[in-house]
Amino acid sequence: MTDWIDIGTLADIPQRGARTVQIAGEKEIAVFRTGDDKVFALVNECPHKKGPLSQGIVHGHSVACPLHNWNIALKTGEAQGNDEGCTPTIAVKEEGGRILIARPVALKAAA
Amino acid sequence: MDFQNNGPATASEEEIFVPCEDVREHLVVVGNGMAGCRAVEELLARDKDRYRVTIFGAEPYVNYNRIMLSPVLAGEKSFDDIIINSREWYSENNIELIAGDPVTGIDRTAKTVTSQSGRTVGYDKLLIATGSDPFIIPVPGKDLPGVISFRDMKDVDTMLEAAGKGGSAVVIGGGLLGLEAAHGLTLRGMKVTVIHLMDTLMERQLDEAAGWLLKTALEGRGQTILTGANTEAIYGHGKVEGVRLKDGTEIPASLVVMAVGIRPSTALAREAGLDVNRGIKVDDHMVTSDPDVLAVGECVEHDGNVYGLVAPLWDMCRSLADGLTDQHTGYKGSVTSTKLKVAGLDVFSAGDFSGGEGCEDIVLRDASRGVYKRVVVKDDKIVGAVLYGDTVDGGWYFDLLKREEDVAEIRDLLIFGQAFASGGGALDPKAAVAALSDDAEICGCNGVSKGQVVACIEKGACSLDAVRGSCKASASCGSCTGLVENLLAVVLGDDVQSGPRTMCKCTSFGHDDVRREIVAQNMRSIPEVMQRLHWSTPDGCSSCRPALNYYLLCALPGEYQDDQQSRFVNERMHANIQKDGTYSVVPRMWGGLTNPTELRAIADVVEKYNAPMVKVTGGQRLDIFGIRKEDLPAVWADLNAAGMVSGHAYGKSLRTVKTCVGSEWCRFGTQDSTGLGVKIERMTWGSWMPHKFKIAASGCPRNCAEATIKDFGVVCVDSGYELHVGGNGGIHVRATDLLCKVSTEQEALDYCAAFIQLYREEARYLERTAPWIERVGVDYIKSRIVEDEAGREHLRSRFLYSQSFSQDDPWAERAAGQHAELHQHLDPIAIAAE
Repeated sequence: MTDWIDIGTLADIPQRGARTVQIAGEKEIAVFRTGDDKVFALVNECPHKKGPLSQGIVHGHSVACPLHNWNIALKTGEAQGNDEGCTPTIAVKEEGGRILIARPVALKAAA
Repeated sequence: MDFQNNGPATASEEEIFVPCEDVREHLVVVGNGMAGCRAVEELLARDKDRYRVTIFGAEPYVNYNRIMLSPVLAGEKSFDDIIINSREWYSENNIELIAGDPVTGIDRTAKTVTSQSGRTVGYDKLLIATGSDPFIIPVPGKDLPGVISFRDMKDVDTMLEAAGKGGSAVVIGGGLLGLEAAHGLTLRGMKVTVIHLMDTLMERQLDEAAGWLLKTALEGRGQTILTGANTEAIYGHGKVEGVRLKDGTEIPASLVVMAVGIRPSTALAREAGLDVNRGIKVDDHMVTSDPDVLAVGECVEHDGNVYGLVAPLWDMCRSLADGLTDQHTGYKGSVTSTKLKVAGLDVFSAGDFSGGEGCEDIVLRDASRGVYKRVVVKDDKIVGAVLYGDTVDGGWYFDLLKREEDVAEIRDLLIFGQAFASGGGALDPKAAVAALSDDAEICGCNGVSKGQVVACIEKGACSLDAVRGSCKASASCGSCTGLVENLLAVVLGDDVQSGPRTMCKCTSFGHDDVRREIVAQNMRSIPEVMQRLHWSTPDGCSSCRPALNYYLLCALPGEYQDDQQSRFVNERMHANIQKDGTYSVVPRMWGGLTNPTELRAIADVVEKYNAPMVKVTGGQRLDIFGIRKEDLPAVWADLNAAGMVSGHAYGKSLRTVKTCVGSEWCRFGTQDSTGLGVKIERMTWGSWMPHKFKIAASGCPRNCAEATIKDFGVVCVDSGYELHVGGNGGIHVRATDLLCKVSTEQEALDYCAAFIQLYREEARYLERTAPWIERVGVDYIKSRIVEDEAGREHLRSRFLYSQSFSQDDPWAERAAGQHAELHQHLDPIAIAAE
């Protein structure tokens, strides 16, 4: 069983861009919308130096971190190419035009 | 042009090692053009040592790609670029080349040929590849000096010489060749009129609708197109002065290009007594009525057909080489397709589109995009296609046509192209190329099929250059580069070696190529550039997107819609991101001057938003650190209220103009460097550039503003202003080069504007002025800015025009609430667990 959080509609997120979601006591979450309108959610931290991935350039299904240009795969959170590291991903689903993300596990434990 | 130096290439006997006792059969080739040489290449590929080869050529050059003469005329290629086989190729393969000495007679009984210079050479096998002659319409004046055809390098030279003098040209013939000639002459600055006998341009390749679109587009480029126009005479005294039509219209011209058609060059064969109809008659292995004489290319007639395009020639050469090496495949005739080589005009046609019994037309028109597509289907098979404006799917339709594929299942989606018909949303170019059949043509210029490219990659060609070098695919016009790259990716996966100078891994083009094409093809958006230049990724990467955004912005001031998502974070947020994800904010202080109101406003912002640090920057202003993205609009509103605007400390743009106090206060000051600095900054702020750009103005040679390590620096002296360029204080310190000295402040401003615009237009994205100047040389900069007064003025006015659109404070609109989504979190609603 998963708790889901409604974060808005596709139109709320710019194409090839991202928005952030702040849930009390939790790490900021970045919700991405790609050029082909797929939606992905990741913790808003690059595995390298914690750069805010939400501010990077989204290309294909990757985002380039704004701090040092690491490329992170949106689906897996894994760094691409020769870089190594992984950012936690968060499940996303669409229901009746609304975008839902899974409630982060840590928060549920704390609640 | 370089071609002049390349001149007579007759290889002398000493250079070529032909052993006296060479007992191999002797193959003599008459014609050093595309067909003759290709036939020899195919033969060598099958059996390198079987024949001793001698090639006679009428033109004094090595073998070049005749169909690429149009790009040479248009200035897009040099003669060197279109050479197919260099002199080394001849010597490496022990081929004797006798260039500039046409064969004038064949004696089939003695089995010898005789050339113009009197040379007689014996043969065992003779290959006639004399190509075709331009058809000259028999009107009065056709022999006047200044009336030429468009067939060889000599014609191109004549046209270039005429264009150099300016004036008007008439092109007779609105077919493929005529339109390419007209395009080239227009680009070279001539006023061009095209006279076409028929009512539709390129009527053999296009239907009426596409012909009309093409005519309209060409007229939009300044050409005059007269269709249904019949030439009566070419007039002039001693040289051409104009063309008179049957209806009495006279069109003055200093150059007349006749491009009404070609016909097989058969005189030699006819005199030798070979069977000749429209062309030299050949069988399926290109053998003429004499078993020891073969013929290939545009001079032949096979099964009643004569071809004037390049693709059939490749097929013929293959069959010919097979025959000569005792493999019997046989030529079965060719289906042809045509592409117009006029930059920015995409026209494609293939097969039969005349319609008729049982033919159905599928038509798509998109007037706003200027697209017209027509696919002709008969018995569930494609028999013809005409595409105008969007020719991406030309190769796919042609492939379906040649393979006679049943299209019943995809009929409804056919016209929308491969992407839709194959059932996908966005087309994956790799999947598309993987789906092509092995004999699908990849490179039309050099007749290379997918199977041949793949074979060449599998034999070890791991990069685009290697492929170009070994099988010649993409080595001519380059329009198939994307396909070849996708094939490399399909075959090799991640082992592709990218070329040295491409913009990024998404393209095979370098920065300069992309930029030139953006301007030449008048491209207007990032997706359009990616589409037209065959980008290999759906939406680029973090390297190419910001570069393309800048190139378009620079090319289309006031028209291009900036793409926020192709901006680096700092330029999107108009502030500098810091390692903790907060931002720093730098308001502009003109020339480093400030006042109590500004200082109070900054102090208030620091307190109100708990900024942990304020620092004086190297560019003489204040940097407020630790601002959260959510607070940025409010911070800017407060700073705006005190009259301050964005300092662009975050941008590939004009940063600061650093000044010293100058003659107003300083006892050494020679001019008002502070005032000048303020004026320069007022003129240049807000401009987007390839990289950041720093300016300084010092009031005397003591140079307290450090002007000699800036991109543009002014050092005031008693007699005026020394202007310096290309300095850098970063990783590699570079002192400026002295550009020149000017005597007035206005001149200093004008030169500054012109220099910036030259940098904006010609430097590569992310190239600072220092490496740019080292690359192009300071003499080049001087030639454009100092020596060319008119050019300087044009640059300056282009800069000022562009500035009229870019001097809006980007902070003001954010403070007013625009793009709030960039600053605010989404508002989540927790819903019940399921």
